[in-house]
Amino acid sequence: MAEATALTRLADRLRDFPARPDTKIMEVCGTHTVAIRRFGIQRLLPETVQLVSGPGCPVCVTPGSFIDEAVALARQGVTVTSFGDMLRVPGSFTSLEKERAAGCDIRAVYSPLDALQIAADCGRETVFLAVGFETTAPVIAAAALKALEKKITNFSLLTALRLVPPALKALIVADTRLSGFLLPGHVSAVIGKAAYDFLTEHRLPGVISGFTAEDIISSLLCLLDMHNKGIYKIMNNYPRAVRDNGNEKSMAVLAEVFEPVDAEWRGLGAIPASGLRLRPAYAALDARQRFTIKTESAAPRRGCRCGDVLRGLIDPPACPLFNKGCRPDRPLGPCMVSSEGSCSAWVTYG
Amino acid sequence: MDKILLAHGGGGSKSAELTRLVFQRFLRDPLLLEMDDAARLPGQVFTTDSFVVRPLFFPGGDIGRLAVCGTVNDMAVMGAEPLYLSMAFIIEEGFPLAQLEKILASIARAGRESNVRIVCADTKVVEKGKADGMFITSAGIGRPAFQKPVLSSRVRPGDGILLNGPLGLHGISVLTARGEFGLRATVKSDVAPLWGLIKKCRNLDVPFMRDPTRGGLAQTLNELACKKKFGVRIREDQLPIPKKVAAVCDLLGFDPLHIANEGKVVMVVARRDADKALKILRRQPLGKGARRIGEITAENPGRVVMATKAGSERIVMPPVGEILPRIC
Repeated sequence: MAEATALTRLADRLRDFPARPDTKIMEVCGTHTVAIRRFGIQRLLPETVQLVSGPGCPVCVTPGSFIDEAVALARQGVTVTSFGDMLRVPGSFTSLEKERAAGCDIRAVYSPLDALQIAADCGRETVFLAVGFETTAPVIAAAALKALEKKITNFSLLTALRLVPPALKALIVADTRLSGFLLPGHVSAVIGKAAYDFLTEHRLPGVISGFTAEDIISSLLCLLDMHNKGIYKIMNNYPRAVRDNGNEKSMAVLAEVFEPVDAEWRGLGAIPASGLRLRPAYAALDARQRFTIKTESAAPRRGCRCGDVLRGLIDPPACPLFNKGCRPDRPLGPCMVSSEGSCSAWVTYG
Repeated sequence: MDKILLAHGGGGSKSAELTRLVFQRFLRDPLLLEMDDAARLPGQVFTTDSFVVRPLFFPGGDIGRLAVCGTVNDMAVMGAEPLYLSMAFIIEEGFPLAQLEKILASIARAGRESNVRIVCADTKVVEKGKADGMFITSAGIGRPAFQKPVLSSRVRPGDGILLNGPLGLHGISVLTARGEFGLRATVKSDVAPLWGLIKKCRNLDVPFMRDPTRGGLAQTLNELACKKKFGVRIREDQLPIPKKVAAVCDLLGFDPLHIANEGKVVMVVARRDADKALKILRRQPLGKGARRIGEITAENPGRVVMATKAGSERIVMPPVGEILPRIC
């Protein structure tokens, strides 16, 4: 038996917490999903508490048609750059990983600035697949500004950026059984605490959490305590990274380059003003305007229930394909592809 | 599968799939099908390996040192003393002679360190742009030297699992040497020949050894547990993960248990010899950081489970696909 540490004592408090029956907490962020299962926190929950994953994995909520667009660009001879996780996501007929093996120029990067550098070095038309939430959007906006400043004219963006608060709004209207939200740390560092105030109008508490086991367990304890007492507040349990007003500079860069647009989410459908597109002044950087992108889409994959997983309606094992037809080494749905997807996290960490 | 993907070279489940579904349809020698790091011939072990690391030089080593150590270690973990190596070089037109000399000097040094003789070699030159500098293919012959056979079929519940030092250094070293991701931390690779360390345990009962290279500790432990009647249980608080490795992994979303090592050995030691083995390892320079990281269990057959620092547990799976291509 391991010796008691501050962490194991915190874990014991969670295990023994007198939570109300049918408590359902959603962790919004994919990084939290992975962290929870890596630390085994889901096994420490009181019996009456259910933890469900939300729509906070960028790869997972990006519609399949976006992959089709990226493949069409790559097949035109455009250099396609992307965060690595997107490469294995199956589109209607193929994935970027397979297209790379077939000879398309597709490169994994860790930052849009690396993509910009590739554009500057290779001289060919280079498109960056701009996916992600408020965390990545400011960096992508900065890359766009830098492209203009350095006159790198062969660089453009294929955008599928998404915003977290509108998705949460759509979720709580659709599902009234949620008891509270474990709110994302990185996104909140950009948008700040006030962005979640609408939750309290729906009588829901939220706690912004960091990513260590201590952070997550203490945040869950806060949430359960507020839920028990009927307190509906947004708490910042990650003050070492998140300020109440967020990062105003990042938000300003984001707002300079992008504007909200109605957007399609995998599983959640169309949500008003939940995506970002380039403002008209930056239209020259829009890959959809620069290139003619023709795609044909296949019927959605039968049996795949990523949509329901993303809404927190089912746990991954309730999907008929889970760990059978759909596995991390040959994924069908995006929740199995992305390392932050909840299906992948369930298989990987048990 | 109609084309080879980078993921097929990752050493994880995709590599296993390629081996099973393609290679084993054509190459069916019973010794090959054993899928060990080296083939057990009568009185000898025989192994081969290729090296495509990018960049050729990285903190703590280079492709030459890697080639010697990788080949030597594949024999050492079979409980065999490495004796002879071959080295074949595929070099790109225009390759600087000074770099070739540096790599050869490093091969000679690593050979002396491991006490092996490099007794045959070959060179081919290909057109510029066709080999990314240099690739090396090696082979090795060794002689079994352990008193009791190193055979995973002899692993029993209660056996201890030892590891000789910190995890993840090689993979993170090569990764940061590439200068990608704006990472500037320098991490020195752990690449080292392990026979000098391993041979100290040759009189003990060690039913399994493996160097956790591509796919990391997670891959090695899963290969050990796969399709067996026993399980593997490790303790997170006993895993030596250096701060720099943990930081880079956090940043890039990697699991340190998936990162390659080139100077580490995982040893399963029979229960009664485990403490003795740990003491012996700790007296050696390459074993100073040795720890007992877990046990073989009767529970969870076929699976690797980790007791987490939070007092919970999780399973440990091998990596899927390409974590870091061309790491060795």
